[in-house]
Amino acid sequence: MSDTEKPNAKNVIEVRGLVTHYGTRQILNGVDVDINEGEIMVIMGGSGSGKSTFLRHLMALQRPTSGVIKILGQDVWKLPQKKLFELRKKLGVTFQGGALFSSMTVGENIMLPLYEHTKLDRLTMQIMARMKLEVVDLAGFEDLMPSELSGGMVKRAAEARAVIMDPRILFFDEPSAGLDPVVSSQLDDLILRLRDAMGMTICVVTHELESAFKIADRITVLDKGSILFTGTVEELRNHPSDRIQNLLNRRSEEAEIDADEYLRRLTGDKEEAEGMPR
Amino acid sequence: MVEGSHQNLAARFFEKVGRICVSALEEMGRHGVMIGESFHWLFLGPGMNQPVRLGAVFTEMMEIGVRAIGIIGIMAAAIGAMLAIQGIYSLKIFGAEGHVVVGVAFSMVREFAPLITGILVAGRSGSALSARLGTMKINQELDALEVMGINPVRFLVVPSLLASLVMVPVLTFMSMVLGLYAAALYVNTALGMSMAAFFDQTIDVLSVDDLIHGLSKAAIFGVLFALIGVLNGFLVKGGAEGVGKATTRSVVQCISAIVVTDMLFALVATL
Repeated sequence: MSDTEKPNAKNVIEVRGLVTHYGTRQILNGVDVDINEGEIMVIMGGSGSGKSTFLRHLMALQRPTSGVIKILGQDVWKLPQKKLFELRKKLGVTFQGGALFSSMTVGENIMLPLYEHTKLDRLTMQIMARMKLEVVDLAGFEDLMPSELSGGMVKRAAEARAVIMDPRILFFDEPSAGLDPVVSSQLDDLILRLRDAMGMTICVVTHELESAFKIADRITVLDKGSILFTGTVEELRNHPSDRIQNLLNRRSEEAEIDADEYLRRLTGDKEEAEGMPR
Repeated sequence: MVEGSHQNLAARFFEKVGRICVSALEEMGRHGVMIGESFHWLFLGPGMNQPVRLGAVFTEMMEIGVRAIGIIGIMAAAIGAMLAIQGIYSLKIFGAEGHVVVGVAFSMVREFAPLITGILVAGRSGSALSARLGTMKINQELDALEVMGINPVRFLVVPSLLASLVMVPVLTFMSMVLGLYAAALYVNTALGMSMAAFFDQTIDVLSVDDLIHGLSKAAIFGVLFALIGVLNGFLVKGGAEGVGKATTRSVVQCISAIVVTDMLFALVATL
């Protein structure tokens, strides 16, 4: 864990002893993370490290096997349904593929949270939606359907929708995935702008090193369901661990081979090879 | 050795039967939970600032009901005429063609109108519901709704359920009228019976109970197809292939459920 955490910084997200399984396969093995108010925390890790599952837990989309997730001081799985809905209004999420509703225009997508949670008149909602579209450089695109936008535009529109309720915490799932370096860099700038202009706490899940180093205040590295490191970018760069240096320098590692496990996999003895995906 | 392999085979057979039974029970449980959740959101949603939007219900009514009027009308008319043709052909053997109205009226109102409407709506909208929700699931749109504080059951399922609960009986009533009208036209041509006489006899033969029988069945079919469509959509796994499978499964299940329920309903109602 990092020793640079500000002692007085207020935790907006507190995760303790998070354990989760898919069937018999353990995905997270007792993860502890604190995310402070106003910071950009980047969760990194290779494929299968459990970072997307971790994000789903933070968004209260998936109940863990055990552990506590506190968001804005409230234990999300102990909250009554009504309070959980109230809490969710303070969260914004941009999914990997944007997750814009394909049956609605960009403007309708952005206005949906306002329509559902406020009693504002339509004109005010339209003005607010246009303001957010200005922030993400998509002014004038409100009448287009999501299918008429490029990949980068879809992500920016999704960001506009995520911030329409002025949330306190913003989650990004792989913001750079599938985008060219220029568009990816623009999205990073946008994330920094959102943090600076709106004072949001931002949690980004990514495996793009360049993007992570550019935007992160702190980085948490997940590896095989456990936390390998939490700290600043500088601390990460200077970390002595081989595993971290391999990750930073994009060196592949030889997986340790368990001879018995290998044999069981080859012979297809499913009952013996417990935990293997079927 | 052979005995051992027989035992193995038997064990596998019973294991398979067990799995099928458990999965069928699971499916029924899911339907029950979905109905419970839908009632929950319909009645308690407003108290949690999660009301079911009337606009969404009307949009679904338009999609499930109004846009299906053309095809259901044509099918109902064809079935009505077919019943009249077959009825006259069979009754001619006994020289009782004049009684064709009785057969057509009962069959159309109690059986064919709800059945053909249910099957057509299931094929048209049940599959569409599964495809829409399945695609939303794999595109993470359902997750997006959830994290926005919008319950997907309240936002997507309840409007479809309410719309089908209203529109399937309405469409069934339309099928009854159109089917009888087409039958009347054929009887008029074939037997020279006037339309007024046909409808006079129809009204004499039919009771309010017959009408209620047909419309109640239609309401049950409406709920069934919406539930099956929605559940198959929510349970989609994998990508486009998963959506395709869910859509096919949804249509097959909807039609099977409608036909079996129809038979059970007829059995219970005529005891």
